[in-house]
Amino acid sequence: MSATATTARTKVDPAVDRPAGRLRVHAWFTPYLFLLPYLALLTTFVLVPAVFGIWVSLHDWDFMLPNKPFIGLQNYVDLFTPDSVTFPEFWNGMKATAIFTVASVPFLVLIPLGIALMLNRVFPARSLLRAMIFAPFVLGIAVVGVLFRYLLDSQFGLINWFLGLFGIPPVGWTQTQPWAWVALVGMTVWWTLGFNAVIYLAGLQGIPRDQYEAAAIDGAGSFARFINVTLPGLRNILVFIITTTVLASANMFGQAYLVTNGGPGDSTRTAIMVMTQEGLRAFKMGSATAMSYLLAICLAVVSVINFMVLREREGGK
Amino acid sequence: MSKTTRPGLPAENLSPRGISRRSLLGGTAAAATALALGACSPGSAGTPGAQKSVAGGGGSEGYDGPAVSLAFWNGLTGGDGPIMRKLIDEFNSQHDNIKVSMTAIAWAEYFQKLPAAVSNGKAPEIGLMHADDLATNAARQVIIPMDDVASALKLTENDFPTIAWKGGLYQGKRYGIPLDVHPAGLFYNKNVLEKVGADPEKPPTTGDELMAILDKCKSKGVHGMWTSALSVNGLESQTLVYQYGGKMVNDDGMSVGFAEQPGADAINWWKGLIDKGHSPKNAAADGNFVSFTNDKAAFMINGPWNTTPLNAIKKLKWGAAPVPNIGGTQAVWAGSHQFVLPRQLKTDENKAVASRVFVNWISQQSMGWADAGMVPARNSVREDPEFQTKGAVLEFAKQLDYIHFVPPIAGVNDVLPEWTTATSEAMLGKKEVQAALDQAKERANKILVSNNKKYG
Repeated sequence: MSATATTARTKVDPAVDRPAGRLRVHAWFTPYLFLLPYLALLTTFVLVPAVFGIWVSLHDWDFMLPNKPFIGLQNYVDLFTPDSVTFPEFWNGMKATAIFTVASVPFLVLIPLGIALMLNRVFPARSLLRAMIFAPFVLGIAVVGVLFRYLLDSQFGLINWFLGLFGIPPVGWTQTQPWAWVALVGMTVWWTLGFNAVIYLAGLQGIPRDQYEAAAIDGAGSFARFINVTLPGLRNILVFIITTTVLASANMFGQAYLVTNGGPGDSTRTAIMVMTQEGLRAFKMGSATAMSYLLAICLAVVSVINFMVLREREGGK
Repeated sequence: MSKTTRPGLPAENLSPRGISRRSLLGGTAAAATALALGACSPGSAGTPGAQKSVAGGGGSEGYDGPAVSLAFWNGLTGGDGPIMRKLIDEFNSQHDNIKVSMTAIAWAEYFQKLPAAVSNGKAPEIGLMHADDLATNAARQVIIPMDDVASALKLTENDFPTIAWKGGLYQGKRYGIPLDVHPAGLFYNKNVLEKVGADPEKPPTTGDELMAILDKCKSKGVHGMWTSALSVNGLESQTLVYQYGGKMVNDDGMSVGFAEQPGADAINWWKGLIDKGHSPKNAAADGNFVSFTNDKAAFMINGPWNTTPLNAIKKLKWGAAPVPNIGGTQAVWAGSHQFVLPRQLKTDENKAVASRVFVNWISQQSMGWADAGMVPARNSVREDPEFQTKGAVLEFAKQLDYIHFVPPIAGVNDVLPEWTTATSEAMLGKKEVQAALDQAKERANKILVSNNKKYG
């Protein structure tokens, strides 16, 4: 940047050379102009709906009804009142969401890391394997959902057939707990691990080779190299992956909707499914938005804790 | 969810369901956005019900204005879709100046998209709805009264089964013109019946007869009738609630009836199939359909929209019959497709007339619709000798005298998720039947009371 740009600048007299001179002239608002398209989209599709959503959550809101009574914080109060209509469903949904997040995030953080470490080595057909690992992520949830409904079918599914070869009786993958969670977590890991693996791979390739060489010279074995070189080198990547994975898991909807339909009972009915029913089926947008704000606050808190925990470790080093 | 057992979105078929859900996921987001934006549009503050009387005699005098194209939305994404398209092609070929184009959107998504479209002034001219969704959409001013159509076309209660005709009413106004009635039916697999030594031409008519054949199946190692905790909440269990003398929702719309003894009896009967070995444990949601079509089960109680998919399986030998009287009262769950007119922000007189011409025409031509397994609502169509050639649908039609709908109350379907959860937990033995129902009842009644407050 610097060397060529500076020479170019000194060579050209701004007063004489018009095209170059024009390029350099800019007003205070020029950077804002560049940001404008982004800001416009952000404002239209994120900020305005978000603020509008707060307004909606203070009403008994049905966008088709002329009468949308203002009820203050009642929607929020209801979510903390055990005998209200929304309380049991919402917290059941939050519980299901928490279970799924806690169960899936460790796998989605660790398995892709292992895969990335393997794929980072040099071996034949490496690119093919990389592509294969990433491939499922390209599929839409509808495709994955149908696929796993076939695979998980208790009587006709491939998975139970395979288990049957070892004399294992059919498992009710979508009808019984904890197997429904096992199935949902398993399919999610298969479906999305490619994304995290690719991010890890990019991170691994950013770690300078000479650090490994230096460690090796100091007598570090492969495990010590992993602990002392690889992990520190991946710290930022880890923060990113843990945060995005937690958020993605907490927003789980399609898997439970398509494969277990919230069952057995309502054990896999996630918070987003509850909101969908409340806002888009029963048209109670007010309480549905209140729910979504509560979920958003919970996720914000979890994300902040995430950052703090991971930063603390960095300071301790 | 309740809607998954609806025609057009058969939970019983793997692929149609999956594919339609795909579009649903995208649609949810779209609808949510439209909803946020639409809330500011004048649509929400428009003057619904202020419907001018439409020239052209409500569609009875035909349409001779300039060429118009009409959008017709429905949720016929299953085997019934192509048959509706065929009827529309026929209509288009007979009317030079009207072109109807059909868009099929999975029902669950349809009921989200339509209100958004209405509030943005992008509503289709014609829609299709289930009778049990009419009240909700009428109360939410998604659709407009069409008494003028009924009176101009001289349609009266005498033209339809009473319950289907009344199913189009909400608070004394007509919002729907019935196209069909689709009651649950008993499907029987002739190959399996023959194999276990039962008469393949004599389907059971009572619970005892049914059980006798199921015992025969069991003695031959066949699970005769599969049921699943994931899907029994639909027409199967609801039919039995009616048969045991109960109601899903009480007529005043302030409380549910499903938690009383008939509801418990209904679940216990289905649970009994598993306990007695007539159904495998933990069958998948579509286990009844998959086992039936693979000659692994003798019976399923299911909707007439399965007619087309079953006919498509060449090796299958099947028949349909009225649902046996299991609970002691002749009764059966039924739905009804009804034509509706979505509210337009800008009235186009020509389109208004043309869409009424279409509704009238297709209501008279609903003989073709019987090919989808649906019982035509028009009495004249069913009385036509040609109807006797339509096969399975004749069996469904035999039940018209004792079909049951939920009462026409806005938001009535909001209680179905509670019923779904309760049946699922009870069937799986996670909770005692009555305890599961009592809990569902408590929540459902609160929902009904809050709906009553909301819709007034």
